[in-house]
Order: sequence, then structure tokens, then C-alpha cells
Amino acid sequence: MDKTIDEINAKIKQGKAVIATAEEIIKIAQEKGLSQTARDVDVVTTGTFGPMCSSGAYFNIGHTKPRLKLGGGKATLNDVPAYTGFAAADLMLGANAIPDNDPRNRSYPGEFNYGGGHVIEDLVAGKDVRLIASGYGTDCYPRTSVDTLININDLNEAVLFNPRNAYQNYNVAVNTSDKTLYTYMGILKPRLANANYCSAGQLSPLLNDPYLKTIGIGTRIFLGGGIGYVAWNGTQHNPMALRSENGVPKRGACTLAVIGDLKQMNSRWLRGISMLGYGATMAVGIGVPIPVINEEVLEYTLVSDSAIMAPVVDYSSAYPNREANVLAEISYAELKSGKIDFNGKQIVTAALSSYSRAVEIASTLKEWLMEGKFFLTEPVAPLPGINDNTFSNVLTERN
Amino acid sequence: MKVSHKVVLHFPPHIVEQPYINNLVKDYDLSFNILKASIMPNQEGFAVLELSGEQQKYAEGIKYITAAGVKVEPLSRSVLRNEERCTHCGACISICPSHAFDVDEQSRLVKFDNNRCVACGLCIKACPPHSMEFHF
Ligand code: SF4
Ligand code: SF4
Repeated sequence: MDKTIDEINAKIKQGKAVIATAEEIIKIAQEKGLSQTARDVDVVTTGTFGPMCSSGAYFNIGHTKPRLKLGGGKATLNDVPAYTGFAAADLMLGANAIPDNDPRNRSYPGEFNYGGGHVIEDLVAGKDVRLIASGYGTDCYPRTSVDTLININDLNEAVLFNPRNAYQNYNVAVNTSDKTLYTYMGILKPRLANANYCSAGQLSPLLNDPYLKTIGIGTRIFLGGGIGYVAWNGTQHNPMALRSENGVPKRGACTLAVIGDLKQMNSRWLRGISMLGYGATMAVGIGVPIPVINEEVLEYTLVSDSAIMAPVVDYSSAYPNREANVLAEISYAELKSGKIDFNGKQIVTAALSSYSRAVEIASTLKEWLMEGKFFLTEPVAPLPGINDNTFSNVLTERN
Repeated sequence: MKVSHKVVLHFPPHIVEQPYINNLVKDYDLSFNILKASIMPNQEGFAVLELSGEQQKYAEGIKYITAAGVKVEPLSRSVLRNEERCTHCGACISICPSHAFDVDEQSRLVKFDNNRCVACGLCIKACPPHSMEFHF
């Protein structure tokens, strides 16, 4: 018996919808069987919280008196450069932006203590942020500079807009060289002394809907502690990535571009972070509800850590040189055990994505649905899938 | 004059199995109280101890272990976790040489055992949200 989104929303409104997290649903289905569970459960909630570099926000700061044109000028927020290629009062800030005077990797490994992600965290936390901007002056926008504190509550709009989040699966990073590497996957000790991974595995949004049968443009989601929407497919969206028999990608595959009002978000779920020797970025919390519209959709949500494989990649050579070499495939169950066995060697594992926070997101979304605070949306349009011949290409340089 | 100091000893991997601490007792008449230690074969080792003895002997003892390649630092700082900032990612687990971090299997929360911490400071820069802090 199939269900429609409208039917599920009606149950949410009455407080009668049955919701389970992507972790809980595995056990429920084991006890009740597939068809019964598909009838009983209405929504499966997912969650992930980890570094997501392609994140940012745009703001409208309101017009100064006399007027100043930011567009084509320069602007910094707490010394972090913001993008001024839009109209007079619009600014955009990327999570990886860092102050011009940051020493970067000149003192290796650079610390990257404060960047765009930290500015976004501070704004969301309600802290004042210093805006210093200059414009070139026009007849209608005569002013040429401004230096002021701004606060999120005074901005006309503050919108989180992340071009690529929620990667469907990701690499496990190792280092076969003799020197320590400082990467976006954390510190990798020489001679395979550790392995870092970054996915919530069985709780991760896109691993629970591997063919994006329910997630599309307009899907309402948990974003940064508030409500957001899927805006588009994320950049580097690659539905054609290698998949296991269960349909779950074995490589980085689909991604989401997401958007939401920053003013209703919470700094617990948008956290500025520093990756030693790599840069400043932001950890983002995302949770996607998966409506159990039929048995097939339910079956995909039953995937467990032991059935999701991740590729082990050497960040001393294969990754920087863009070679396709995968050293091994390891399940998330093994990664989470704290040790993996690689060619007879035991390697200690660590995550960059917080599983306990992923559980918290899936549980929060579950509560919102049970309390009737959150309703499901029908996608406005699907995201590119396996039949659309969408690949993620690499750059071919030419003159 | 008798002196007593809290010190951190760092043992490079090749010398951890030598009985340096015992020699301090035997040859320099020092007494010690191990506060924390993480010493494993073929790995860098750490020990935090309170070392006491006659001032002259104490100085000679420190000279002896320093010459042997053990790095000696006064314990003047401790490392604490800012619980509000920690996101329980786990990036610190494989970085800490004294295994002060551990994942709880049930909750997947990252536990920090201050008793194992030897205040080396490695986690401070490695923790992405900067939740590990020196306190002097
Ligand atoms: S690396 Fe930092 S944030 Fe992550 S678990 Fe360790 S202390 Fe917490
Ligand atoms: S300072 Fe950090 S890395 Fe060093 S022993 Fe203490 S917890 Fe471990």
C-alpha cells in the first residue's frame, strides 16, 4: 500500500504519524518485516554533522546614509574578505575565506584560527561583527567607506546558501609516505598510522535514499538547527559513481545544494572550524526526512553500516595528483570499530563527522515531526539521477 | 635542601624500555610519585611525576636523564576540554599520544580522560572547533 506526502502530512498534523530515525528503523523492520513496517512507519529521519567546505551565506546589510555601493568595492567581516560582486547592499561570504593577513601555510602547518565559517557562527550566535567596506563612489552612491558593527538581527536578509553539502559517501584518508600530512581530512600520520573518515554512514541522508527517489528540489530539511530547503543538486553531483549491489554508492556520489534563513539557525549546528595546515571552514548539521511512500523507499533506509563501503585513498600521492587509485574498500561498521585491518596491519581510525551529533539531528527532526512543527514537501523537480547521464568532470586545461 | 617538582618526561620511542626512572632512585636518591604515564614499547612515551630529593642530587638526576635523551619539562599547565565547543567528532583520538580520548560505543560520544592527559598540547591545534585549551 503506497502512501502520498499529503496523507503523511495529514497524520503529522493529527499527531499520529509514526517516525523512526534511520538507526531505529533497521531494528523495527527486523522485528516486523518489510511490508508491515512500510505500512506502520511514515517517515525515516536522517542526520549528518561534519565539515562542509562549500558552505556560505549572503546578506543584505541595509543602505548606509549617504549611500555606499558595495558592488565592485571591497568588504571584510571581522577582517575576513566577503564577495562584493552584487548590488549596493549585498554581500556574500564563503566558509573558507580567511583574512588577508592570515599567515596561511607560511608558518607550516598554518593554524587558520578564524575564517568565514567562524564569522557565520558568530553572526548566528548573535554576536556583533565588524564590517569594513569601501566603494568607488558614484553620483547615486557617493560614499566611499564604512566601518561599523553589524548584527544578524539588523540585517535585512541573512541566508545560508551552501553549494555542496551532505556528500553521499566519502573517502577514508590515509598516508603511506614518511612525513605527517595536514589535510582537509585531518592530520594523517606517516606510514599508515591512522585513517580518517567523514560520513555518518547508516544515518547519512543520501545513503538512505541512494537513488534520490524522495529527495529533490524543494525538499524541506533540518539545516543548521533551523529549517532549510534543497535548492538544487550540489556541485560535483555524481549519480554515476560506482555502486554496490544494494544501490549504495561506494565512492563520493550525489550532493545537495541547500538554502535557509540564517536568522532561525543555531550556532550549535553551524560551527567555524580550523583544519591544521589546510584552512578554515565550517561544520554544518543537516537532516533530511525520508517519507516512507512505499516498500522500496523503506528498504533503502534499512541500510546499515556493514553494507556501506568507503574507498581508502592515499593522501600522500593518489589524492593530490588526482589519481583514481583506491587502496581498499572498508565498511563503516569496521571504520566505527576504531581499527581497520589493512594488508594485515591494524590502523587506528577516527571520524571528522560527528556520529553522536548525527543521531541528535535525526532525533530532533523526529521530534519536530511528532510535535507537528515540521511538514514534508513534495519535490518541485527531481535531482539528476542515474538516467540523466550526469557526471562530475575534471578540469581539462587549455589555452 | 630538599626540593620537589612536578615534571613531564617525554621518552623518544627507542629509549622507553630503559629503566631511567629506577636509576634516578638508585643513583640519585630521588623519590617519585607517578601521576600519569603512558609508556608503550616502540612508541613515544610520556610520564608526569612528582620528583623529590636533595637539590644537588635532583639537578644531577635531571642532567642524567636529559643526557640520555629524555625531554624534561615542568608541569605548569593542564589541558581541559571546553564541553560547549566539542562536537564529538573524534579527530583527536588518533592524535593523542597518551590515549586520553575514547569513543563510547553506545552513545558515540568522545570521552576525554584528563587523568591520562600529559598536557603535550598536540590536540589543541588538531581539534577542528578548538575545544581543547591550555590552562596555566
Ligand atoms: S577533536 Fe575536538 S571537537 Fe572533535 S571530539 Fe576531539 S575534542 Fe571534541
Ligand atoms: S594535551 Fe591533548 S594530545 Fe596531549 S596528552 Fe593531553 S589530551 Fe592527549
